[in-house]
Amino acid sequence: MASQEILREEPSRGSFVNDPKIRSIFFQTLVIVLLFGSVWWIVQNVIDNLARLHIASGFGFLRGRAGFDISDTPIAYTSDSTYGRAILVGLINTIIVAVAGVITATIIGFVIGIGRLSNNWLIRKICTVYVEIFRNIPPLLVIFFWYSGVLAVLPPPRESFHLPFGSFLNQRGFYFPRAIWGDGSWLIGVAFLVALAMAWFVAYRARQRQMATGQQFPVFWTSVALIVGLPVLAFLLAGMPLTFDLPKQSTFNLTGGFQVKPEFLSLYLALSCYTAAFIAEIVRAGIRGVSKGQTEAAGALGLRSGPILRLVVVPQAMRIVIPPMTSQYLNLTKNSSLAIAIGYPDLTATAGTVLNQTGQAVEGVFIMMIAYLVLSLVTSAVMNVVNARMALVER
Amino acid sequence: MKKDQGCLGSRGACKAEKGLWVMKHIAIGILGAAALGFTASAASAGTLDTVKQKGFIQCGVSTGLAGFSAPDDKGEWQGIDADFCRAVAAAVFGDGTKVKFTPLSAKERFTALQSGEVDILSRNTTWTINRDTALGLNFVGTTYYDGQGFMINAKKLPGVNSALQLSGAAVCVQTGTTTELNLADYFKSNKMEYNPVVFEKLEEVNAAYDAGRCDVYTTDQSGLYGIRLTLGSPADHVVLPEIISKEPLGPAVRQGDDQWYHIVKWTYFALLDAEELGITKANVDEMKNSDNPEIKRVLGQEADTKIGTDLGVSNDWVVNIVKAVGNYGEVFERNVGSGSPLKIARGINALWTKGGLQYAPPIR
Ligand SMILES: N[C@@H](CCC(=O)N[C@@H](CS)C(=O)NCC(=O)O)C(=O)O
Repeated sequence: MASQEILREEPSRGSFVNDPKIRSIFFQTLVIVLLFGSVWWIVQNVIDNLARLHIASGFGFLRGRAGFDISDTPIAYTSDSTYGRAILVGLINTIIVAVAGVITATIIGFVIGIGRLSNNWLIRKICTVYVEIFRNIPPLLVIFFWYSGVLAVLPPPRESFHLPFGSFLNQRGFYFPRAIWGDGSWLIGVAFLVALAMAWFVAYRARQRQMATGQQFPVFWTSVALIVGLPVLAFLLAGMPLTFDLPKQSTFNLTGGFQVKPEFLSLYLALSCYTAAFIAEIVRAGIRGVSKGQTEAAGALGLRSGPILRLVVVPQAMRIVIPPMTSQYLNLTKNSSLAIAIGYPDLTATAGTVLNQTGQAVEGVFIMMIAYLVLSLVTSAVMNVVNARMALVER
Repeated sequence: MKKDQGCLGSRGACKAEKGLWVMKHIAIGILGAAALGFTASAASAGTLDTVKQKGFIQCGVSTGLAGFSAPDDKGEWQGIDADFCRAVAAAVFGDGTKVKFTPLSAKERFTALQSGEVDILSRNTTWTINRDTALGLNFVGTTYYDGQGFMINAKKLPGVNSALQLSGAAVCVQTGTTTELNLADYFKSNKMEYNPVVFEKLEEVNAAYDAGRCDVYTTDQSGLYGIRLTLGSPADHVVLPEIISKEPLGPAVRQGDDQWYHIVKWTYFALLDAEELGITKANVDEMKNSDNPEIKRVLGQEADTKIGTDLGVSNDWVVNIVKAVGNYGEVFERNVGSGSPLKIARGINALWTKGGLQYAPPIR
């Protein structure tokens, strides 16, 4: 054993310099030292230069009183809150518009993408025109288009459009009644959760039964009945503990109710429409990528076109679709920083205000970069999980 | 009559410009950070030397606020703030035209000065302790004493004649200003509610207010008068009587360069002293031969004078300043006073001898 080892190491004995192992360790260490050295050098330089220019530095400013107000505050925030919290409000606003945009863009994208493969000439052409228009306009223009559109077309608050259910639409946004849940409302929530669990159970049993006996069970309609029916029943049993805060006219604006501001609306619509065009192309490519033989085989088994799409084509297409979809979601999230141009208080806008009011540009830019980086990494991670699950479905 | 200030050209070009602007704005931050990271901290050359080497002064102004700094129809920058930079150029080069202007939004302005992109920030900027200390700036004085006010569309809101009636209003405001801070304080201390509608560019605030996105426009009162002129129908809008803050507006330079700071500061004092002594653009050459020793001294006519050289400029620097832009009173009247469409009265910006606040130490 020992002699064997000596034999094996014989060739490298001559010099360390030629030992590939030692060489690689040496160069890797060198790279790391250089990397950390230059980062350290840059950081030191920044600190020195800031001190030389008499500019305050450090992250202590995050605990200071912000002193400015923000128009959309999903979490409690006043001008007495800290700068750190102001940035958090911006981050949450970015997440809200990104999540809403991703969901809507995906839905529109799927509809348009499938529409482009339709047998109907008109539908096909409409979808093509949609894709060509939105894919070829810069997103900032789409945002301005919606924003100017909203402001130019809608009436001032005193002449709001009255919509059904006590909702209003005007230049200041879309107002609808806000639900105020009274005592006993928790029953409804519980009923909803129970219904979800039951629906899942029904689906599980139905699949088992179909595997065993081949008989089908109307899972979809049962689930709908459960998920709608149970909470409604609970609502009635609890004595209808629901009142509405209706928007009403006051001196300047409508007050009360729930207001969706035009800044959010136009950013959300613009990002959704814009990204949907790209998603549509990805979906079309994905469906095209499933070989025709699959559809024909499914048809030969007697499936109709709906189930063929749902059970055979889309699941296979998803495997092609999901990876490029991730980058569209990332693009949408990053494009949401264009919000700054129309005054939606996203991360870039609020962190920018903080940066400006405190004068701490280096720290402000650093926080923004880290926040977007983390958002992107989380999105990628979630999509990777989805991707992995899709890949498992493959048999 | 509606003018898209600061965004010239067709509507399409204007939007493209906005896109560029967003990128530029982000780039300034990152470049600023990068510049700080990659430049070793060698002692920087004095601003006076670099300015002389370049042959002109780089002056940070607003993107277009009538009366303070806005391009006229020939593309020349006009206004108190623009003229102030010309005055400094006249002091340094004997030629008031040796200035280049950099339009800056409220948000961009401090980074631009810190990073050396401009030599002077002369852009209706309020002097506050935070800016004077933590941001690495030095304010040289108050070229215009102002206060924050509110403007509403009287046609749409006929019953409103006081800021205290504004509870519940949507208020348009520009970010990165003292304005947004005073606004929050004012509504809070008066227990009123409001909806902030916050934009980054002046032009966007104006457009949103004009389109009715908000009920109230708030900024420095002088700014309101200037902005009113650019709205669709200026006569419909009234400025409410309340002034809710002190806004001493003045030029600033970087900290740590005393010579440059003194040149800019004494340019401001020279404008005031010239007015106090009755030296005007029209009579400055005559005044050189005046019998008044003080006037002769200020204009550098004393024998063996060092009135300019100690500062780092020529001895006839005050002559050059007054020849280029006139005295403070002339600059004021031409840009915001009776000689301008704004028609703002001197008020507290009158000289101390006339009951105002403008007071300069003697040049001797
Ligand atoms: N004096 C205030 C406000 C200055 C300010 O930025 N005012 C706005 C509105 S009048 C402005 O001049 N904007 C011009 C621009 O952004 O180019 C400050 O220094 O913070």
